Amino acid sequence: MPNANFKVWRGDAKGGAFKDYSTDVSEGMVVLDAIHKIQADSANDLACRWNCKAGKCGSCSAEINGKPKLMCMTRMADLPLDRPITVEPMKTFPLIKDLVTDVSWNYAVKKTIKGFAPRKPDAPDGTWRMQQDDIERPQEFRKCIECFLCQDVCHVLRDHHLHDKFIGPRFLIYTAQLEMNPLDTGDRVPDLKHEHGIGFCNITKCCTKVCPEEITITDNAIIPLKERVVDRMYDPLTKLLRVLKG
Amino acid sequence: MPEFETLEHDVLVIGAGGAGLRAAIEAAAAGVRVGLVCKSLLGKAHTVMAEGGIAAALANVDERDSWKVHFADTMRGGQYVNNWRMAELHAKEAPDRVRELEAWGALFDRTKDGKILQRNFGGHRYPRLAHVGDRTGLELIRTLQDHGIHQGIDVHMEWTVVSLLKDGERIAGVFAYSRERGQFKVFRAKAVILATGGIGRAYKITSNSWEGTGDGHTLAYDAGAELIDMEFVQFHPTGMVWPPSVRGILVTEGVRGEGGVLRNKDGKRFMFDDIPENYRSQTADNEEEGWRYTQGDKNARRPPELLTRDHVARCINREVKAGRGSPHGGVFLDISWIKEKLPNAQEHIKKKLPSMYHQFKKLADLDITKEPMEIGPTTHYVMGGVRVDADSQMSRVPGLFAAGECAAGINGANRLGGNSLSDLLVFGRRAGEYAAKFAQSAKNPTLDQQQLESAARAALAPFDRPTDGGGPFQIQYELQEMMQDLVGIVRREDELVRAVEGVQRLQKRAAAVGVSGNREYNPGWHTALDLHNLLTVSEAIGRAAIERKESRGGHFRDDFPDKDPQYATFNTVLARAPDGSMKLRREPLIPMPPELKQVIEEMK
Ligand SMILES: Cc1cc2nc3c(=O)[nH]c(=O)nc-3n(C[C@H](O)[C@H](O)[C@H](O)COP(=O)(O)OP(=O)(O)OC[C@H]3O[C@@H](n4cnc5c(N)ncnc54)[C@H](O)[C@@H]3O)c2cc1C
Ligand code: SF4
Ligand code: SF4
Ligand code: FES
Repeated sequence: MPNANFKVWRGDAKGGAFKDYSTDVSEGMVVLDAIHKIQADSANDLACRWNCKAGKCGSCSAEINGKPKLMCMTRMADLPLDRPITVEPMKTFPLIKDLVTDVSWNYAVKKTIKGFAPRKPDAPDGTWRMQQDDIERPQEFRKCIECFLCQDVCHVLRDHHLHDKFIGPRFLIYTAQLEMNPLDTGDRVPDLKHEHGIGFCNITKCCTKVCPEEITITDNAIIPLKERVVDRMYDPLTKLLRVLKG
Repeated sequence: MPEFETLEHDVLVIGAGGAGLRAAIEAAAAGVRVGLVCKSLLGKAHTVMAEGGIAAALANVDERDSWKVHFADTMRGGQYVNNWRMAELHAKEAPDRVRELEAWGALFDRTKDGKILQRNFGGHRYPRLAHVGDRTGLELIRTLQDHGIHQGIDVHMEWTVVSLLKDGERIAGVFAYSRERGQFKVFRAKAVILATGGIGRAYKITSNSWEGTGDGHTLAYDAGAELIDMEFVQFHPTGMVWPPSVRGILVTEGVRGEGGVLRNKDGKRFMFDDIPENYRSQTADNEEEGWRYTQGDKNARRPPELLTRDHVARCINREVKAGRGSPHGGVFLDISWIKEKLPNAQEHIKKKLPSMYHQFKKLADLDITKEPMEIGPTTHYVMGGVRVDADSQMSRVPGLFAAGECAAGINGANRLGGNSLSDLLVFGRRAGEYAAKFAQSAKNPTLDQQQLESAARAALAPFDRPTDGGGPFQIQYELQEMMQDLVGIVRREDELVRAVEGVQRLQKRAAAVGVSGNREYNPGWHTALDLHNLLTVSEAIGRAAIERKESRGGHFRDDFPDKDPQYATFNTVLARAPDGSMKLRREPLIPMPPELKQVIEEMK
């Protein structure tokens, strides 16, 4: 059986360092398996999050050889084994321990976004009718597994630390999904500009590149939202009409 | 005397899967103070992994469907040892619970006329599962989560409850530790709802996440509640078998619902060989008819691949044992063959089963639109659980409720696919409603300092013990191997007896296990504390399986391969005796009212 060497970040908020480990590699093995093996054999207290082991829950986010990824969907066979594989926690969030970060900021951000507000049911049976074509787009955004890898990679958060001014790509698609739900009557456009900092995004598309669900975050969500903001906020005619309509 | 930080709630919910979230939302709507504690982050509970759909007789695709048909299907699937009242409430209320999700923002796949689309699933007579591709659990949990965060629920993520607190007979709250930091907290509550999910981690090959360690089952049992039907464990017929690292990961039944077929190594559709008598009139007798059924032909009968899970799992087991399996010890599940029937099959498969496509492509290097998958049975779901009142979901401990997978009754000997997600919604809501009512008329419980101290002592004990006797992970692996070998799909008296003895030996070792490191996010420590739960549910499964000397639903005895009418009259009930030992008794089934009996007759 081939062998793989790892450098795994061990430490907490006070500090830490990479530590060397090695494991056997069996067919089909993913990085999360290796971490579990290390945990069971030689480092019982090595901290990492996981749940589904199938790319469905978004718990096992980490940076593998410097790239934000899900550990459970990163196969050892796809990594070069001639040098050590580095595994470290996401950098955009405060470290708790080893590979586990404090992502509570994301949960707080979501609460600031106005919830779903459907129009009154209008089908005879007291529900609604919706066509599949009209929900394809919001369904794409609802595939999000909240792994926060897009938040991790976005420079506005990662390098500029504008966590209090910008909600990040995950919550832009969350907003987009609500805005594009055919039943929704809420209006989140003013908040997008004033509270949620959509203007900070300069469409680098880094978020789209890392999304394990392959959601087209920028083209399908952020750009259309930006257009809505521009249409509403800067178009004098629309503005005037709104004022007149009250 | 140690002081513990104490929080106050009227209703405390343990678990943030579908059942826990739905319960918390309902209790909050009643105006009481609600707390929610869960081991993972919000939105990551096991429910997120559910794939195929939610069963509800909306009759959007086939107008012949109704609660009566759903009720009869559920009872037939459970081999008539279900709690009929739960099956009735479930069938009647599930449609409203699904529509409610839409009102909270869920976007289900649609029919041509714009209604919620429904798909075929094993044991359901008509297309009944509301779904979103094959990621229905994600849609369900996210909808409840996003709705729930605006309802004033006090959420505590990454806290593990290690014991229930009592004030005399009644519940008084819970004792928990923080996974992140290791400190303790006491949650005083007038009512507690267990919504902790399943037990799959007691087995080696399982579709369950690390969370499925039977915590709620054990917390309830330790606090004096009863467990029923523990012999009934569901082995899902289709888990991945190759590569080894993904063994057990689920392959949704939706694959078969969309026309996927099972073949042995000789290419034979072996499911046609063995169709149980009570399903014969509903099952296709040729391949063509089966295909037409999956494509919505209302005059066709279902293909035998869509028989109930217990049966399909056993047939696969038989093929493998007879040497007719696939190279890695499973059989073949093929959806790619539908290209013979559909012009755009490749796109169709990707659209209907996107996450299966992704899962096999990424984890097994296999394109399911081109090649058959290799699959085999995996431990999936536990029908057994906390014995509760059908209407209120309260256990025999006043103020202690249970809902979702950790509660029992609705499924009898075997659960139909899709009936869990609907169960979570129907009975989560009921538990929330009745727990709030209970809390509104209950006095504030008194906490007993001694109970707190002994809970804290027990939780910290592993740090004071030597770490040389094999770590917690090793004990867990041994248990999983043993349960897999001796208490799996096919059972025998002598093996079951050996398993129960084995569990008792492991209990001794678990009580002496030591851990290293400190209290911050320490998986070794967490696993050491989980062992008690895993061992308790394993003992319960073993004892109940010994008692039921017949084969029924998920419980198959090689030494008693037939159903025995004698055993159709009771459920097995386990409770803790005063000396701490596990005691089993038989509880006669509650007689079914004539109008429901008639429904079953009509649907035969
Ligand atoms: C891969 C897969 C696919 C499935 N597909 C379907 C399907 O298509 N249709 C269907 O109907 N069913 C399906 N099922 C079954 C269904 O998903 C589960 O039965 C259901 O989700 C269980 O929900 P629950 O709310 O009872 O518990 P869970 O979702 O398991 O949640 C349990 C919660 O309890 C918490 N918890 C547990 N112990 C403690 C403790 N000690 N302290 C604090 N918190 C605790 C956990 O953190 C978690 O939040 C599937 C299951 C799997 C594994
Ligand atoms: S496109 Fe915008 S949101 Fe995405 S990473 Fe770049 S700046 Fe961040
Ligand atoms: S949008 Fe993609 S990358 Fe971002 S949190 Fe969701 S799944 Fe993860
Ligand atoms: S463990 Fe769920 S996404 Fe990796």
